[in-house]
Amino acid sequence: MAGLLKRILLGEQGLVVIFVLAFALVSVTVPNFLTDRNMLGLFQSVVTIGIVSCTMMLCLASRDFDLSVGSIVAFAGMVAVMASNASGSIIIGLIVALAFGTFVGFVNGVVIAKLKINALITTLATMQIVRGLALIASDGRAVGINDPNFYQLALSKAFGVPTPVWVMLILFIVFGFVLNRTVFGRNTLAIGGNPEASRLAGVDVDAMRIWIFTLQGLVCGIAGILLASRITSGQPNAATGLELSAISACVLGGVSLAGGRAAMLGVIVGVLILGIAENAMNLLNIQAFYQYLVRGIILLLAVLLDNIRSRGLR
Amino acid sequence: MDDFLAFSHIGKSYPGVRALDDISFSVPRGTIHRLVGENGAGKSTLIRVLSGDTEADQGEISIDGQMQHFASTRDAFAARVVVVHQELQLVPSLTVAENLRLGRFPARAGVIDFRGMIGQVGAKLADIGIHVDPRTPVSQLSLGERQMIEVAKAVMMDARVIALDEPTSSLSSRESEVLFELIGRLRAQGKVVIYISHRLDEIFRLCDGCTVFRDGRLAAHHTTMEGLTRDKLVAEMVGREIVDIWGWRGRIAGKPRLAVEGVSGKHLAHPASFDVRAGEIHGFFGLVGSGRSELMRLVYGADKRRTGHIAIDGVTLAGRDPKRSIQAGLVLCSEDRKYDGIIQGMSVGENIVVSARRHFSPFGLIRPGREGETADKFIKTLRIRTPSRRQNIVNLSGGNQQKVILARWLAETGVKVLIVDEPTRGIDVGAKAEIYDLLYSLAERGIAIVVVSSELPEVMGISDRISVMCEGRIVAGFERADFDEHIILAAALPDRSIPEPTKRAS
Repeated sequence: MAGLLKRILLGEQGLVVIFVLAFALVSVTVPNFLTDRNMLGLFQSVVTIGIVSCTMMLCLASRDFDLSVGSIVAFAGMVAVMASNASGSIIIGLIVALAFGTFVGFVNGVVIAKLKINALITTLATMQIVRGLALIASDGRAVGINDPNFYQLALSKAFGVPTPVWVMLILFIVFGFVLNRTVFGRNTLAIGGNPEASRLAGVDVDAMRIWIFTLQGLVCGIAGILLASRITSGQPNAATGLELSAISACVLGGVSLAGGRAAMLGVIVGVLILGIAENAMNLLNIQAFYQYLVRGIILLLAVLLDNIRSRGLR
Repeated sequence: MDDFLAFSHIGKSYPGVRALDDISFSVPRGTIHRLVGENGAGKSTLIRVLSGDTEADQGEISIDGQMQHFASTRDAFAARVVVVHQELQLVPSLTVAENLRLGRFPARAGVIDFRGMIGQVGAKLADIGIHVDPRTPVSQLSLGERQMIEVAKAVMMDARVIALDEPTSSLSSRESEVLFELIGRLRAQGKVVIYISHRLDEIFRLCDGCTVFRDGRLAAHHTTMEGLTRDKLVAEMVGREIVDIWGWRGRIAGKPRLAVEGVSGKHLAHPASFDVRAGEIHGFFGLVGSGRSELMRLVYGADKRRTGHIAIDGVTLAGRDPKRSIQAGLVLCSEDRKYDGIIQGMSVGENIVVSARRHFSPFGLIRPGREGETADKFIKTLRIRTPSRRQNIVNLSGGNQQKVILARWLAETGVKVLIVDEPTRGIDVGAKAEIYDLLYSLAERGIAIVVVSSELPEVMGISDRISVMCEGRIVAGFERADFDEHIILAAALPDRSIPEPTKRAS
């Protein structure tokens, strides 16, 4: 019995099993958890982390890091609002915001791949630069939107599910496909496994890294727009600490920080575990301060489990 | 004869593999004992059992008549058994003295007594004949010197049994000589040295006895090297006679395929030129540091070349990076499989198709079925020993990893020039013969092949033509009819061929 339990928990799908058990436990013990409204709320609350985790997964899988995601999300949201106000067209606002996010990601990629600056340092720098720009541009205050149609991005629903949740689900599918079924995805893992061997095997490592960071920037742009729409303004202080949440979700989902190992399903589960923990604590009226504590403990436990698992396999 | 170190009925199983099966033998004090066998024959497992890294399922080890139980490497240290691993365990940024006393710094009230430590380490090093300043950072030492420091570490722990796993695999012949001298002194001090190496030539001049492993069993045990021959040992290792492991087959070379003119770069100052013809195996020989690998990396585009012109079948190679070299049909199997050959954490199959998949992935979309077929085909034709293509590459033996990397290039369509750097380093005899055979059949298909090796018998055994490199220059060339071991070796040695004592501290 103990052996069977060990096999299940430490097996390939161990995290999924734990997730299902935790979900069942929370459903039974926390009142109002398993209701349609709460479930939708839960999904909505993880949209930003979920979207950003898609590309963070690629970034980590290729042995890199991106700390600038939170800042890009905040500023992209502001750019969307400001550009919409200035041009009078929401479409133009969205395009400018996406272009902005993509540009920052591209700059990250070029500095890291071509100038060979450590990803941690580079994105730590852009994280502060972009946050600074956001604060300067808005004088530290929220930027309101003129056209109320902008709210519809977050409020509109299809088949009873809000648009942002759809966007997240679609990105999950897209990046799951990219990781497993495209040369791009496999090369990402190869770079993480052994960058020098990949280069000698004909993988254009520099180009790959630039692409990964550029995609990361684009995806942050999407997340920023949806976030601004949901909070009905561009906030220079939005999404602080997002980089750590996204990295946590990825690591929870079994993505190796040493590169070379990643799975979309794992990352989705990681995102949901963080979401459920927060959601359940909100429902139980636990003070928000405790949530940091719980998230930290969950992360430690997950890494510990992963460690035991890889040792078991050896 | 005393049996200082005795193994009795050692057995060890891994899932699906009987790694060691009823191994019993003993080694007397003051001898150098060699373990030989193909990769996976059980030598390394036995060393792991001896070092406490793994526990045996059955059997016992006794030292000096006392039964030992090694549940961890700590237990083995306590019994003064030290294993020097192939991957050196030194901290490059620390000095020799610090490395040797790591974890046991002499200190007064927590403050390290550096002067005392340096004096003491220096005296000990001089005592065992290592002439290295204890204040030198390890990062400034050559590989050979680092190997000595590892051995010195074992001596400083007052080891009774010292096991060396492939100590010479990355050493030049001169460096090896110095190491052998050191090992000889250890023998004179009454220590037992257990020695694992793939270089068969070393065994006769160095060892007092040897044990041959095959498939986890003890195939033969010799307490003296008298009357043993190389061929007999090889036969015991593989269980059959291998008369000529090179098995060179003559071919008619065609037109020049690869033409290299005046190539130089950061690590190769002097411009080098050579060519390789279709169906020809062009060997490059030189000592470690002679620039062989550096030249090949420049040709392939792994390192940036500053000058020079490269043409394949008369067409100039425009690109200077591996990707475009591959597209032009020029591929390289690099010297250090672990560092830049295999992609760790990925499966055997992924490692095979990593480059070739671009040919059958329309719009960058992978076709798993096609990839699986390709991988399986090469696993079968190259006889890569793996449970399946899904196996993690790191679990394969060195020989099989090398075959995977060759398969990576064979899966590419239109390879015209294949450069293999140290094709058989750390690979057992049986797998070597298979790799040579593969190279011949590729040459027969008209591929131009460059083989780089620091093993002269290998270069002479398989090449149609040899270029010799020394101190960054191509200094001589020989046709197969003119191959002569002494002349080639003499060409490879720098003029001042007497090793200089280390003097780096300033």
